[in-house]
Amino acid sequence: MNPVEQAIETKLRAAFSPEDLVVENDSHRHAGHAGSPGTGSSHFNVAMTAAAFDGLSRVDRQRRVYAVLAEELAGPVHALALRLKAPGE
Amino acid sequence: MMDGQVKERIEGEITGSDVVLFMKGTPVFPQCGFSAAVVQVLNHLGVPFKGVNVLDDMSVREGIKEFSQWPTIPQLYVKGEFVGGCDIVREMFETGELGDLLNSKGIAVEA
Repeated sequence: MNPVEQAIETKLRAAFSPEDLVVENDSHRHAGHAGSPGTGSSHFNVAMTAAAFDGLSRVDRQRRVYAVLAEELAGPVHALALRLKAPGE
Repeated sequence: MMDGQVKERIEGEITGSDVVLFMKGTPVFPQCGFSAAVVQVLNHLGVPFKGVNVLDDMSVREGIKEFSQWPTIPQLYVKGEFVGGCDIVREMFETGELGDLLNSKGIAVEA
């Protein structure tokens, strides 16, 4: 697995103990477009279901994830698409 | 830290129009797929909006992230209130919540 993808998955599991987590490296689909670094570690999709999101707004859920992945977002990760659910949603 | 002038400029943008999208590129020529997706949603709803091209000004590009406490572009504001980025706008459009939000703020939508 790509090391950045691995770091994203490890950090999210540790922070949220998700019921369900899928991390997808989408970088190849963006290779060559304006601003794409072409590193193969720039674009990721995350779908996660976690009890920690229960009662939080969409904005607050994403802010929680952004905080956990601050290092990645300040570094190699250029785009992070998020689909965040609480159990039962 | 963002300087006062940048903060003032951002505040001026979000209070100067009902619907403001901080984006990469312009509403006619978005330069990023995520920005383009939000433009498409707003156009579909027939909502007039002001596009602020962050690629024109590095201080706004970095400043808006700090201002909103949100690390990515695009960012949508409605009546001075932060709504979210591309994922949130798309989700809220799909569920009908975006239209409801705009309506509740007195902004007419077509769909």
